[in-house]
Amino acid sequence: MSETVVFVFIVIIGIGIFLSFLRMLKGPTASDRAVAVDTITTTVVALLVLLGLVFKRYVYLDVSLVYSLLAFIGLVALARFLERGI
Amino acid sequence: MSEIIGIVVISMGVAFDLFGCIGLVRLPDIYNRLQGATKCVTLGTCLILLGVLIHSGGAMGAKALLCAIFILLTSPTGAHALARGAHKSGVKLWEGSVMDKYADDKEGELDR
Repeated sequence: MSETVVFVFIVIIGIGIFLSFLRMLKGPTASDRAVAVDTITTTVVALLVLLGLVFKRYVYLDVSLVYSLLAFIGLVALARFLERGI
Repeated sequence: MSEIIGIVVISMGVAFDLFGCIGLVRLPDIYNRLQGATKCVTLGTCLILLGVLIHSGGAMGAKALLCAIFILLTSPTGAHALARGAHKSGVKLWEGSVMDKYADDKEGELDR
């Protein structure tokens, strides 16, 4: 029963990722796309954790930790690029 | 019992995530979108990780807590850097906005 509920949660989070993806396609400026990518990253971390809860694999949590670290570095680099135009 | 509490906390986090993504689509301006997306999605993801900690415990819970602390540290920092970069690159505010303290700051007091 618990696994069915978590599966419904995974579908809802997939809908959220799809909405952020629409904003990433549509966004008028580059900053809008960067915000959408940041939102997709944080949501994908939640998705990975829920997948690890369903499959009972610990390695998904390690993947989500490294993924959030790399996404943070990329986001800060992108913000510096938007600020100065390197 | 702890499984039920964990599922309830995870469901709250999923609701926050979905509302944050809806706000990203619906709001009119990049700064409003940053408000909606970053705050809601950060809180939602941290609630999901906290729910996994309550639900499972053990090694998986420890890793989830570590990941939650990391997201709480990095996500507002990234959003702040992104808002500053967008303002400096000349993205206009929405016409319904009433104040812009960062543009009024002549001496650069806020820019340190």
